[in-house]
Amino acid sequence: MAKLMQLKQDKRTQMVWFVALGVLILILPFLAGMLGQAWVRILNVTLLYVMLALGLNVVVGVAGLLDLGYVAFYAVGAYTWSLLASAHFNLHYPFWVLLPLGACLAALAGLMLGAPVLKLRGDYLAIVTLGFGEIVRILMNNFDKVGLPWSDETYNITNGPRGITGIDGLNLFGLDLRKGLDVSGFNVSGFNVSGLQLYYFVFLAFAILSVIGVYRLQHSRLGRAWQALREDEIAAKAMGINTRNIKLAAFGFGALTGGLAGGLFASMQGFVSPESFGLLESIMILAMVVLGGMGHIPGVILGAVLLSAMPEVIRYAADENVQQKIFGVVLIAPEVLRNLIFSLALILIMLFKPQGLWPSPEKK
Amino acid sequence: MADMLFTAEGVTKRFGGVTALDNVSMQIPRGSIFGLIGPNGAGKTTFFNTLTGLYQVDEGKFLFDGKPLNVKAPHEVAQVGIARTFQNIRLFGEMTVLENVMVGRHVRTKAGAFGAIFRTPSARREEAEIEQRAHELLAYIDLSKRAGDKSRTLAYGEQRRLEIARALATDPKMVALDEPAAGMNATETVTLRTLIERIANDGTTVMLIEHDMRLVMNVCQHIVVLDYGKKIADGTPSQIQKDPAVIKAYLGGAHAEVGAKA
Repeated sequence: MAKLMQLKQDKRTQMVWFVALGVLILILPFLAGMLGQAWVRILNVTLLYVMLALGLNVVVGVAGLLDLGYVAFYAVGAYTWSLLASAHFNLHYPFWVLLPLGACLAALAGLMLGAPVLKLRGDYLAIVTLGFGEIVRILMNNFDKVGLPWSDETYNITNGPRGITGIDGLNLFGLDLRKGLDVSGFNVSGFNVSGLQLYYFVFLAFAILSVIGVYRLQHSRLGRAWQALREDEIAAKAMGINTRNIKLAAFGFGALTGGLAGGLFASMQGFVSPESFGLLESIMILAMVVLGGMGHIPGVILGAVLLSAMPEVIRYAADENVQQKIFGVVLIAPEVLRNLIFSLALILIMLFKPQGLWPSPEKK
Repeated sequence: MADMLFTAEGVTKRFGGVTALDNVSMQIPRGSIFGLIGPNGAGKTTFFNTLTGLYQVDEGKFLFDGKPLNVKAPHEVAQVGIARTFQNIRLFGEMTVLENVMVGRHVRTKAGAFGAIFRTPSARREEAEIEQRAHELLAYIDLSKRAGDKSRTLAYGEQRRLEIARALATDPKMVALDEPAAGMNATETVTLRTLIERIANDGTTVMLIEHDMRLVMNVCQHIVVLDYGKKIADGTPSQIQKDPAVIKAYLGGAHAEVGAKA
């Protein structure tokens, strides 16, 4: 009986925590807004990283296929939005065309990457995916002068390293999110919801959908097949699992999420260039998955939040003024110190929590 | 003539100049426990790998359940109704005991990504069935208590049994056990023996590839002996025990070795 009471108590505390977390997440953009809109942007980017890390988690954490070129799918999504909703081609398609299209094109890119690497594992797979990521970035960089063999004319598709500017924002039911929402008419004087804060809620919705989607996939017949593939490919085959198909599915689903995040990124940023989609970005997303806890969704989310927020927080902590106060002089350039602390933190986490910060539990 | 589940006819497999299997034929009656033995390097594993689609035969053919066994890829074997375990245990270590068995149901179920994401009624029903069947199989091998533990935390004998349960989850007509008693202590072997007999009694044919002679002689109704890729004997355990070719292949070699050392 006492045990049952305890259990009820536990359930109740859990519920309280859950609600508290929910409220915090909802008021977070307004709290951050008080510090400045730059902080809201950081929150938004964090949500995008949560989506990216969840997508990569399907490929790396669940199916065990090491992918070092994941950011390519993010780029495909971002460029799909940028090219079809900007002044560049003077096309302005609505979001409900562009987001699914970007996600599908990214998934297609995922299959294109998946097909040739079916027989590769581990290091070999990592190298090929790394190459793939670079190919996509270099394509974006060089597709500003695409020539055709039968004509001398060149076409500017991606605008090369200059990137694409003037990208449309997300337009929801006639409301351009970038413009923000003026609610002063409701007699709450001086209270405005900024564009970035509106984006926060859109990104939040997509991040929650990603969590639900990835969770359900992971705890399904397909998800178990992925895990079996990760644990032992030969045994998985002997169980009748068509490893070719499920590998392609893993690459496809991972890429889908990445493409979605890419489209959202372009819509918020208003500017994309190949520079945002480099190898370091891929490694960063991979680090989120690994440090958080491979294959464990709460861990992956934690990893994404920590790793995308940490550099920004350190940026403030490693400020010149702080050093001035403590040592009287500026010993290390803030930017160097920032990277130093960040790398040190990563190394320490791997040393003391090799399974990640929040790995999947031993017992279910 | 008894009802034959599996027939091999003149199976030959060469690797370059080496003939790993030389015109091997055998028949396995439905519902029986069948032993495949032979000294190290005799071709047992090659036979097994050819049967399970890892290699293609050079000559000869397999018949399974009245039809030519024509598998191009390893994953098609489970579909046909042959499940296997591995000499060196190959469980899905980071998955729970229950999940390991649930993976075995993969080949008999069909829910896809759409069903998973939208939790369609049919996908949910199938998922419930998978889980129920997996629980039944865990009860069958007496591992229900460990259902929620990661499979790598199991004891050795338990891991062996779990591998068998996972194979049974594919609803096989024949389950092929590759040296299931390797590394087991006497008690674990007795438990294994009971389990094998129960599986056969419940209607699944068992093919046993094994070094533990006592287990093979006690449990099998029929034994085939391979040596250097050739079939050297075929019969009941008592026939095999008396067969001079078998004694030569096994004991002759062993005696020679003992003699050389002394």
